[in-house]
Amino acid sequence: MNSYDVVIVGGGPAGLAAAVAARDAGCERILILERDSELGGILNQCIHNGFGLHTFKEELTGPEYAARFIDQVRSRNIEFKLNTMVLDIAADRTVTAMNRQDGMMSIAAGAVILAMGCRERPRGALNIPGFRPAGIFSAGTAQRLVNIEGYMPGKRIVILGSGDIGLIMARRMTLEGAKVLCVAELMPYSGGLKRNIVQCLNDYNIPLLLSHTVVDIRGKQRVEGVTIAKVDDRFKPIPGTETDYDCDTLMLSTGLIPENELSRNVGIDINPITNGPFVAENFETSVPGIFACGNVLHVHDLVDFVSEEAGRAGRAAAAFVSSQSDDITNHKVVHVITKGGVRYTVPTSIDIDRMTDSTIVRFRVANVFQNHYINVYIDDTRIIHQKKRIMAPGEMEQAVLKKSQLQSFSNIRNITIAVESE
Amino acid sequence: METKELTCIGCPMGCQISVDIENGTVVSVKGNSCKIGDNYARKEVVSPMRIVTSSVAVLSDKNAHPSNEVHYPRVSVKTASEVPKDKIMDVMDEIHRTHAVAPVKIGDIILQNVAGTGVAIIATKNS
Ligand SMILES: Cc1cc2nc3c(=O)[nH]c(=O)nc-3n(C[C@H](O)[C@H](O)[C@H](O)COP(=O)(O)OP(=O)(O)OC[C@H]3O[C@@H](n4cnc5c(N)ncnc54)[C@H](O)[C@@H]3O)c2cc1C
Ligand code: SF4
Repeated sequence: MNSYDVVIVGGGPAGLAAAVAARDAGCERILILERDSELGGILNQCIHNGFGLHTFKEELTGPEYAARFIDQVRSRNIEFKLNTMVLDIAADRTVTAMNRQDGMMSIAAGAVILAMGCRERPRGALNIPGFRPAGIFSAGTAQRLVNIEGYMPGKRIVILGSGDIGLIMARRMTLEGAKVLCVAELMPYSGGLKRNIVQCLNDYNIPLLLSHTVVDIRGKQRVEGVTIAKVDDRFKPIPGTETDYDCDTLMLSTGLIPENELSRNVGIDINPITNGPFVAENFETSVPGIFACGNVLHVHDLVDFVSEEAGRAGRAAAAFVSSQSDDITNHKVVHVITKGGVRYTVPTSIDIDRMTDSTIVRFRVANVFQNHYINVYIDDTRIIHQKKRIMAPGEMEQAVLKKSQLQSFSNIRNITIAVESE
Repeated sequence: METKELTCIGCPMGCQISVDIENGTVVSVKGNSCKIGDNYARKEVVSPMRIVTSSVAVLSDKNAHPSNEVHYPRVSVKTASEVPKDKIMDVMDEIHRTHAVAPVKIGDIILQNVAGTGVAIIATKNS
C-alpha cells in the first residue's frame, strides 16, 4: 500500500491552499486527489472578477485566482492525481480511490484533509408542481455550460433564488444575448452580496422580486412559461398575485450543500445546520487525523476565507502528523455555543492548550440585523463587544479569540457567540 | 440640486451612499464608511465603469473558424481594466466575434482596443 503524510481529497481552492500550507509546515509526502480533469475546483467556471481582494489585494477572476494556487502547488512539486475519484475513507485513514491508470488503489495517510466542496441543492428538494420539461437548470450547471462548454441554455430566462450564483448568471446570460425577465426570491431579502445586486441586476435593469416564488411551470417537452406569485410571511403564495412569464428556461439558484457522503461513511459527526462536519479550532473533525476545510465544512461566499481557513487546516494536519504521540488528554477543551441570532459557528470547540495565538470563529446570522453587536462571552464575562451597522444571512461574520485572553480565565465552561441589540 | 442614492460595490459591506450633484458636479458624498466608497460614488454618478468578463472559443489551428456545428474548448477572458458601463454591450459584440488560438496563457492579449475603449481583452486562464 502507498503511504503519504497528508492526503487531500479535492483539488479546489481549499485543497490547494491546504497542500501548500502543509508543505510549508514541513510535510514531505503530500498527495492531492481530484476527480475532475484539472485543478481549481468550481473556480474554473466562475469567470467573473471579484476574487482575491483580501488575499492578493487585487480583483481577480476565478480561474486567475485558482492559477495562483496551482502555481504554488507546482513550484513545490506537490504530487496530485487528476481524474481520480475518492470512493472511501476509513477511520484508520486508509483512502480508497480509483482512476483509469492506477485502477483501484488504497493509500495509507498520516492525516486526511477533506476538501470536497459543495454541490447544488437538487431540484427535487423544491416543491414546484407541474411536469418536468426540459429547460430547468441549476444556476451552477448553467454556469458550467456557458462558461466552459460554450452552450447557451436558453433565450428567455427566469431565475428562482437570489444567491450569488443566480445573480452572477443573470448578468452572464444577459451579456450572452439572452433576456432575463426577473429574479424571484422567496425570502424578504436576497441571499447574495449587495454588490452583486448592483452590478448584476441593477446595471441591466433586471427586476428582483423579493417574497416571490414560482408556483407553476408550463410546457411539457420544453419550458414555455412560469407563474410567479407573492408569498406571505409564512411563505405561502397569496392568491390573486400570480403573474405569468413566457420563458424557455427556469434557472434555480437555491443554495449549496456541502458534499459529505465520504465524511458520513467514516462516521464523522455532521452539524445539521451547516451540513458540514463539526470541527475543533484546528479544523479536525470528530475522527482523529481527519480535517475539513472550504465549502465541505460550511458554504463560503468569499474564496479568500476558503484559502485562509484551508491554510490553517493544512498546518494543523502537518502538526498532527509530526506530533501524533503527544498526549492531549489533559488539554483544556471548551465548547463554542451560539445565542441570539447566531445560526452556527465554525469551530464548535477550542483546545486552549493546542490553539495558535489566535483563532477566528466564523458564523452566520439567521436574519437581517441593523445596528446590532457581536458579543463574545466567556461564561458570564463579555470579552468582545463590537458594533455592526448591518449583518445579513448572506454574509459571513467573524470574531477573533486570543489565546492569551482565554488563558487568563480558569475553568472556562463555554464560549458564547451572540448577536444582540446592546 | 439633485441627490442620487447608490450602493457601494467596493466591498461586501455595501454601504448606502447619497451623492449631491449641482450643475453636473458632485458637491457632497454621504453614507460611505471609507475612501473607496467616496471614489466609487464620484465616478459612478459621472461615468460609471465596469470590468467585463466572458469566454471565447479556442482553436488549435489558426486557419480554422468556429462554427455552430463544432464546439471548441473555451478560455475565459476579461477587459484589462474598467470600461464605461454604456460600452458593455459593444464590448460583448466584439468578444462574440472573436476567438483565441492555442496555446493561450493568462494575460495574453486576445483583442486590442475593444470597441474603441482603448482597453484590451486578455485571457484569464491557461489553455
Ligand atoms: C456552482 C457554484 C458556483 C459558485 N460561484 C461562486 C462565485 O461566483 N463566487 C464566489 O466567490 N464563490 C462561488 N462559489 C463558491 C466557491 O465554490 C467557493 O468559494 C470555493 O470554490 C470553495 O472551494 P472548495 O475548494 O471548498 O470547493 P470546490 O471549488 O468545489 O472544490 C472541491 C473539489 O473537490 C473535488 N471532489 C469532490 N469530491 C471528490 C471525490 N470524492 N474525489 C476526488 N475529488 C473530489 C471536486 O471535483 C472539486 O474540484 C460557487 C460554488 C458553486 C458550487
Ligand atoms: S464605502 Fe467602503 S466600507 Fe462601504 S461598501 Fe464601499 S468600500 Fe465597503
